[in-house]
Amino acid sequence: MAEAETPQGQGREDNAPTVIVDQVDIVYRVHGAGATAGRGAATAALGRILRRGGSPDVRKVHAVRNVSFTARKGEAIGLIGTNGSGKSTLLKAVAGLLPVERGRIFSDGQPSLLGVNAALMNDLTGERNVRLGALAMGMSREQIEERYQEIVDFSGINEKGDFITLPMRTYSSGMAARLRFSIGSAKDHDVLLIDEALATGDRSFQKRSEARIRELRERAGTVFLVSHNNKSIRDTCDRVLWLERGELRMDGPTADVLKEYERFTNPDR
Amino acid sequence: MSQVLDAPPTTAATPLSPAELAALHGLTVSGARPSLPAYVRQLWQRRHFITAFATAKLTAQYSQAKLGQLWQVMTPLLNAAVYYFIFGVLMNTKRDVEDYVPFLVTGVFVFTFTQQSVMAGTRAISGSLGLVRALHFPRASLPISYCLQQLQQLLFSMCALVVILLCFGVPPTASWLLVVPVLALQFTFNTGLALVMARLGSKTPDIAQLMPFVLRTWMYVSGVMWSIDAVLKDQHLPHAVQVLLECNPAAVYIDLMRFALIDSFTRGQLPHHVWAWALGWALLAGVGGFLYFWKAEETYGRG
Repeated sequence: MAEAETPQGQGREDNAPTVIVDQVDIVYRVHGAGATAGRGAATAALGRILRRGGSPDVRKVHAVRNVSFTARKGEAIGLIGTNGSGKSTLLKAVAGLLPVERGRIFSDGQPSLLGVNAALMNDLTGERNVRLGALAMGMSREQIEERYQEIVDFSGINEKGDFITLPMRTYSSGMAARLRFSIGSAKDHDVLLIDEALATGDRSFQKRSEARIRELRERAGTVFLVSHNNKSIRDTCDRVLWLERGELRMDGPTADVLKEYERFTNPDR
Repeated sequence: MSQVLDAPPTTAATPLSPAELAALHGLTVSGARPSLPAYVRQLWQRRHFITAFATAKLTAQYSQAKLGQLWQVMTPLLNAAVYYFIFGVLMNTKRDVEDYVPFLVTGVFVFTFTQQSVMAGTRAISGSLGLVRALHFPRASLPISYCLQQLQQLLFSMCALVVILLCFGVPPTASWLLVVPVLALQFTFNTGLALVMARLGSKTPDIAQLMPFVLRTWMYVSGVMWSIDAVLKDQHLPHAVQVLLECNPAAVYIDLMRFALIDSFTRGQLPHHVWAWALGWALLAGVGGFLYFWKAEETYGRG
């Protein structure tokens, strides 16, 4: 059946669902942030240990509430909402990196977050970081050899001299961000989740990365994009989910949702 | 079945429930724990990542220092010098032991390997949360990779050790080859222990504060800077305590390494069935630790 086909293959029915989010709630538990006064003092900590049967005072943050949607193959879905509305949290849960409190998330293959930042080491050269990051994403050595030059060229790191052989700590923040994006986008994904990646780099790099996202979207099943930049959402996405205080406020075609969202964020105009 | 699917994505009029729709298209629940064979297979696929991560950590460690990678050899040598000063010169333990300097340095290096692996294991998950929360990979890659880094570190130390041995007139013999199986067994033991500590440390990060004390106690009872044999000879300790001291894994690996490298450390000084103990500890920790770690695979980096 369809599972046997390659992810990029045309064998699957168009429109087949790739991610199903079914009435999902996500709750963060924050240790050591209890509201009671005097917490954090040694005596209080000791008292907690003595008292406890596994329930030290933990604060709960209800980040996502009762969100449901179905994403289908070939869609590029934007996630918008004001800061702290639960966009990134929802994305991490779709990737299977955060547990859900209630509800279920089904996915086709393994959704991957576009982000290799954590695997990279500032003290290593750009070259070694390209290999390390690609290995961390699960690429094979052959794939890396094949794509290495492409990754470096796309990042444009070597446009101003041989920077790829210098440690990453010597890069400017823009250069580092560009290299991270090129490493992260080098792999083909079934379901790709992108968190504000487009905000990095100069204008010409932003153009290139938007083109890359469109390319990835053609190869991948589905692309999710979290961004505060309405223009890049408009340029890349055809459907938008608007989250506010963890609730799904609107789900629909990009133009409609963005119009409402802009009215919400700029009530004066 | 395609009639159902042809419905445009935005219409909510799909007659199927989300779970039925998921089942129909073979979708699976995100972030579920893989079966043990699948887990081992995933881990094997990531072997190049494991080695690359270990080497990268090792290289990055001293990249800011002026002397750079020279510290890989300097650090263990300085360590050995400090212990020699305290136990060899000030406390004069060397009366009891032939070839005291090689004896001490071997002990320090071998124990440091276990000690550092356990410490690194404790922090392997809790200290790499960014990585765990950003990427998918079998989490056991991290503790294993950290232990591999310690093994690479030990190989640098072994180079220094060979120089020390030759300087103190210990002749190279065929028994030096025994170093390879001893290291393989100790590495397996360390990795297993690191996997256990990684799971404990990911739930309770406080353990990382406690471990240095536990490990130091372990070091003092493992005969790193004194010979268990020589000290226990005149004491009339219960037999069980003596067996316990001699069969503790750190002591077993240290004694085997001394037996392999130092000609004056003879078979008679090894406890009975020492190879069986070495193998047993390695298997117990290695297999047990791996299973224990895998059992909580889906919970790492969450909540």
